[in-house]
Order: sequence, then structure tokens, then C-alpha cells
Amino acid sequence: MVTRLPPVDAVMVGFGWTGAIMAQELTDAGLDVLALERGGWRDTPTDFPTTHAQDELRYYWRHEGFQAENRATVTLRNKEGQTARPMRRWGSFLPGTGVGGSGVHWNGITYRFLPSDFRTRSHNEERYGPLPEDMTVQDWPVSYDELEPHYDRFEKLCGVGGVAGNVNGEIRPGGNPFEGPRSDDYPNPPMHMTFAQHRFREAAEGLGLNPFPVPSANMSRAYTNPLGCQLAPCTYCGFCEKYGCGNYSKASAQTTILPVLMRKPNFRLRTEAEVLRVERSRDGGRATGVTFIDALGEEFFQPAEMVFLCAYPLENVRLMLLSGIGEPYDPATGRGQLGRNYCYQVMSGADVFYEDEHVNGFVGAGALGMVVDDYNGDNFDHSGLGFIHGGYISCTTTNARPIESHPTPEGTPKWGAAFKAAVKENFLKKTSVGVHGGSMAWRSNRLDLDPTYKDHLGRPILRMTYDFTPQDLAMSSYVTDKAMRIAEGMGGKTVNRNKRDAPYDSMPYQTTHNTGGTIMGASPGDSVVNRYLQSWDVSNLFLMGAGAFPQNAGYNPTDTVGALTYWSARHIVADYLRNPGPMVQA
Amino acid sequence: MTCRSHDTRRGGDPRPGLRPSRRSVITLAAAAAATAWAGRASAETHRGGVPWSPSADDAPFHGTREAHFLTDAEFAVVDAMCARILPGDENDPGAREAGAAVFIDRQLASPWGRGELWYMQGPFSEGLPTQGYQADFTPAALYRAAIAAVEGHCATAFDGRGFADLAEDEQDQVLTAMDEETLTFDHVPAKSFFDMMRENTIEGFFCDPIYGGNADMVGWRLVGFPGARYDYRPWLDHGGRRLDLPPVGIAGRPAWRRAGTPAPRR
Repeated sequence: MVTRLPPVDAVMVGFGWTGAIMAQELTDAGLDVLALERGGWRDTPTDFPTTHAQDELRYYWRHEGFQAENRATVTLRNKEGQTARPMRRWGSFLPGTGVGGSGVHWNGITYRFLPSDFRTRSHNEERYGPLPEDMTVQDWPVSYDELEPHYDRFEKLCGVGGVAGNVNGEIRPGGNPFEGPRSDDYPNPPMHMTFAQHRFREAAEGLGLNPFPVPSANMSRAYTNPLGCQLAPCTYCGFCEKYGCGNYSKASAQTTILPVLMRKPNFRLRTEAEVLRVERSRDGGRATGVTFIDALGEEFFQPAEMVFLCAYPLENVRLMLLSGIGEPYDPATGRGQLGRNYCYQVMSGADVFYEDEHVNGFVGAGALGMVVDDYNGDNFDHSGLGFIHGGYISCTTTNARPIESHPTPEGTPKWGAAFKAAVKENFLKKTSVGVHGGSMAWRSNRLDLDPTYKDHLGRPILRMTYDFTPQDLAMSSYVTDKAMRIAEGMGGKTVNRNKRDAPYDSMPYQTTHNTGGTIMGASPGDSVVNRYLQSWDVSNLFLMGAGAFPQNAGYNPTDTVGALTYWSARHIVADYLRNPGPMVQA
Repeated sequence: MTCRSHDTRRGGDPRPGLRPSRRSVITLAAAAAATAWAGRASAETHRGGVPWSPSADDAPFHGTREAHFLTDAEFAVVDAMCARILPGDENDPGAREAGAAVFIDRQLASPWGRGELWYMQGPFSEGLPTQGYQADFTPAALYRAAIAAVEGHCATAFDGRGFADLAEDEQDQVLTAMDEETLTFDHVPAKSFFDMMRENTIEGFFCDPIYGGNADMVGWRLVGFPGARYDYRPWLDHGGRRLDLPPVGIAGRPAWRRAGTPAPRR
């Protein structure tokens, strides 16, 4: 028996960054908004206060901050023809659950994408000729200039600290000279750099590169955002990524929006409410609401004028497939859009080991770093290289968490007396130069429903068919060479190369930057949603988040996710609410 | 957050001297379970403010002295393995001295050990190397089955002796063979067990002491990690020099204990 609830104007499915931003904007416009979150309520003083937030075993190794694998996970295979098997515990990436979503356990690294990243196909074809047939990259249906005011807004919400490299076309020293023009400076100064960043900067400058501070949503000073939410100065405790911030020093829905949103009379949040599917009118053209199940196993139908899928990208794809909206992608024929252009990030780098000097990585923060963008995007000439795009090269000091981190020189055994001695010697003496590579869409990489494995409610879980491509490996090898040159100039005694090999392995942690599957585009023939993140098939259904990225750039996605949400909200409020229906004619 | 719902609120007070008796632990556990249930049913809809209440922070589940899984004989094998993964020497304590086996025993008796946190639906098969753990064993069941297999192997290969009674170099031979997959067992994945046991030994050496390992913070002292501190701003300009900061755990550190109070339990 399904209980029918009173209707609302808009329902958010999932309550992380995008659900909170959209709910804030729509309630400001006067709508009655309900958010449904499958996890529980989480806040700083209850769930990760400074008295016990620094608990490595609990939050990372026992996954308390993440989606519970026993309820739903993802299956992986590297290629068609293999049998996908479930990730029985998370490894390579860590989707969140609970209020704030994965945005509770991010590092706070807040880059904009490059203007050329929004024209990946046309920009590269104009400059280098046709792309490989299997590389299914495409242009975004929105430009950097269109998103710029929304980037600015999200960065001010988050209190991002950095040094602008380009303000209204004026190139500023100490910033990123390659970035698109900003309408304003960062709201805060950069983080306070430590030993490793100074060494990186000197080495990069020595090579003629352009180092600048990593843009950080860890607070470089006390900050009150435009909503009036107060954030505290970061204390550099080294527990950002994989952890909630105990000190109100990292931007999240909890620290930047919820103190305001939760008090509004036209907003409600229902936790432990897992949405089963989007319901539609008989002709399929209109969403009538969502069906969800609560913690006691009772089912409810929540009618809504507008439905927003605001879950993690992987879960948004699954909800669309389970709801039967749109055509699943078939790599053999190229037909269907749903699950197409799943992308990730191609990570590699170099480790620098010092003889007598100490990096003291425990004095760290998720977005404490220096970076060069000289080998990202199309910031360098790719003629004759056999690949497009690239990645940033950075030196961050994020942590020295001892269960996770055992820096040892190459050739050290994995256990025993020699291992222990090497960890003792090197634990505080290693820094890394990381390559954060872009991920270009490829015909064979995709998401669909697993034919065998089910979630805790008996529904199919998502199947990922994913491997690194020739493009990925060529790009990664080239940019890792450049990272090695910087690393070799940082005064260490030895440098290890951490290269990226195929096949993609689901277990070693790489990054929680899963993109695509519900991509945005110019027409129903190339995408799931239009430039305003509105479903082509169901015009009162909107899909937020990095699932919209046609391919992934060489940056962390959160700034672009935030900007896209504000962009979509702006046009929904200005246009859709006055004239509901398709905002782009197919 | 389901992994929190049933067990994290149980267990004694981690502060020394304030640990409840076994009876009160059981009573508290029942009360906490009832509270969690009622709280969940009643706290579903939030409006008009944040649903925060004072003094209600969500303390970790760190096991109790009563939370055991291993038999004494199994414990001796695990303890001997820990001692080879991170051996103690004349200068530095190792995983045995840190109580890694105590940690592992408590973890095996926890929801994690029972496989309640992982996706454990079938079908099961070996899978590709890129697909991670695929064994049809909860962590606790894997320890039990693998220890029996190791003991069976040792009895045959070493004249009836068990793993704990072998010389160190013989123990290393057995561990190396499991690690390198030259020693396999019929119905138990030896390599999966070795990898899990190695990972758990490292956890037990470097975890917060409230979990029963890292006794006296020897793991943290070995590498110079200052523990659960939350403000390093005074040391941002360390300039590459070594910082010797005494470690602090979630429950404080031994120097903060008042005279006459018992040491944190192990």
C-alpha cells in the first residue's frame, strides 16, 4: 500500500550540494520545496566535532561517512564480455550518503574549468584536425562566459581563497595566467603555504612554469558568506578529504546554506527517505512526483510539480534507468543517451623523499597546495603528441594519516622489519607532486543496470564498464614526465614515479570525481538534458550534478557542479516558472 | 550512515575510570538501541530549524572488553602474525606490543567483522584482479577459516607445530607464501586473508587507542604523528624541521590522567 502525500511545488531527490543550492534558490522564489534524503541528518557538532573528527579508522577505513555498501554498491568490469562484479567495499571512489552528500567529505579544491574545456570537440578539431573515432567528446551547450557569474556566486558562497590570474581580462601576477576572465577577485586570500609548496614553487618557476595557489574552500581566514553563514579559519588539522570538517572551516551544505535554508517555512527535509523511482503521467511526458520508501519500509507517493534528481551522478543514472526514462546507451550502435560518456579522472604523479628535511604532512589541509596549469587542457601545443587535453600538476599537503599513508621508496617490501623501518624513516619526509588528468569520453566506457546484482530493496545496482583508454595513457605519460621534472627540482634525495596503468583497478583510492551518464547537450540526439539541465523527455524533470559533464576536464568538479546548479536555478526561476515546458526546443 | 545506526552508541565510556560495568553496558546497549529506533521514527521530518540537541554527539563504537571473536588459540596465531608484519625490535615496539591482535579481535566482533558494512550478496566468484575482494566470507569467517587452514598447513609442514610456535623465519616463510600465492588452500582464499590481515595489523598499529590497538600510541610515536590534534597553525612555518609534538588521542593522552586513575583498558 502506497500512501499519497500532499503535493509540493518541487521535490529534491538527494540533499547534498546541488539539492541544497536548488532548494535555497527555489524557496527564495516562493516555492514550497521538499528534499528527500536516503541517509540521515548530519551536522558538525553531532557527527564530526573537533573532539573526534580526526578518527581515521571510523570515518575512512570503516566508511562511516560514505554510502553504505551493504545497501547498494556498483559493479565493475573493464570491458564488454567480462562479468561485472560488485565493489563489495568502496575503493577507487567514495560516494556519500546523508545530508550534505559527498560534499561533506571533499577536500575543498575549487577550480573553474577553462573556456576551451566547454568546447572540447570543436576547439581541438579546429586546432588539430579530426579526433579518434572512439573518442566521443562533445561541446558543452553552455559557455564559460555564460557560467562565469555562477562560478563567482558559488565561490562566494564557499569563501574560496586564492589568487586571481585574470580579472576582466587583466592578467594578474601570482595567479593562473591560463584561466578564463573572472568578474571579480576571490573572496579570500590563499591558504598559508608550507615547506613542500615553497619547494614546488621554486622548482616550477625554475622551469619557466606558472605556479599559483590551489583555490581553496578551506577557510584561509574567518568568513561570513552572502547568506550570512559564518565559517571559521582552517586549523590545518589534515582531516578534509574522506572526513567531515569539525571546525566549520570547509565549505559544505552544512556550513554555507543549511543554517538559512532549514529555518525557512516553505522548506522541509525528510531524511531516511529513499526514492525508488520518478513517476510519470500516462503519456510519459510529465513527471507527477516520486515514490519513496522510509526507514520502516513504508512506501509513499510524493506528488510534485517539478522533480530534481540531486543524488550522486551514479545514483542519478540509476534512478533514470529504474524509472524507465530515456533510452539506455548501446555502445555497439551508438544509440541511446542514458549512461553514455561516463568519465573519471586520470591520476598519477611523483613522490619526493627528503634526506633530513621534514614535510610534516600532518600540518595540512585538503586544498593547501601550489599548482601549475601549464600542461592542462589546451594550455600547450599538442601537435604531434597523439592525445588531447592534459591535467594540472600540484603539490598539496593534505594529511599524514598513518593508517592510509606509508611512504616508502621503490623496492621496499610491503611488510616486515624493512617495511617498518622505511615507514619510520620516511613518514614525515615525503611529499607528492600529483597529476590530476582530464578524462575524455570513449565509446566503450558507460553505465547501465547490472543484470545480476541487486540492492537492499531488490532493485538492480549500477554496472560500470570502464577502462583507461589510449588517450588517457598517452596524456598521463606525457604530463607525468613534466611532473617528474618539477619533482626532481625540489631538493629531495630520491623521486619515485607513480604512473597510471591500465586496466582501471576499482580498489586503490583514486578520486571521487565520477562524471557523465546523464550528459547535457544541444539536442535529444546527443544528450539526456538540455543546457538548463532539463530532461529532454520530461520537461518538469531536472538532473543536477557532474552527471551532466559531457566529459571531465583536468580539474576537480565541484566548482563547475555548483556553477551549473546556480545557472539552472537562475533560468528556472526567470523562465520556467513563468512558462513551464521545454526551455529548449528539441 | 546505516553502519552507525545499531552499534556506534553502545560500549563504555572511553574515558579512564568511567567505564561502566558489564551489566550497565548491556543495559545501556538496550537503551541506546531503543533510543536509536525511536529517534529514527520520530526524526524523519525536519522543519523550522536544525534538529540539533545539546550533548548528543555521536561517539564512536570502539568495542568493549567483552567483545571477542577469536578463541585463545586463534588469538595466538593472529598475535604471532601481527608480530611479523610489523616486528618490534630493541628500539621500537611493533604491532604485538601495540596490541594489534586485541584490536583485530574486537573488530572481528563488530558489525565490520560480521560483514554488515560490506556488500555481501551473491553470486560469488573469484573475479578479476581489478574487482577487489570477492570471497564469500565475512571478515570474521575468513579469519576463522584461514587460521584453521594455516594451522593445518603448519602441522603438516613443520612437524605438528602451530604457526605461533614456529621460529620467526619459518613464520615469514608461511606469510610470504600466502602473499605470493605459492601457498593456497582448498576452500579459503589465502591471499585475500593475508591482505586483510596485513591491512588490519596496520590499522591496529596506527588507529586511535580507543579501539584497543596502538597501545600507549606506540605506532604514532614511531612515525612522529601527533594524533587527534586539531590545530597546527602555530607550526605552519616549520620550514622542513622535525616537529616533536607528543601525540594526543580522542580520549586524551596518558600524561593527562589524574594520579590513581587506572590506565586506559586494553
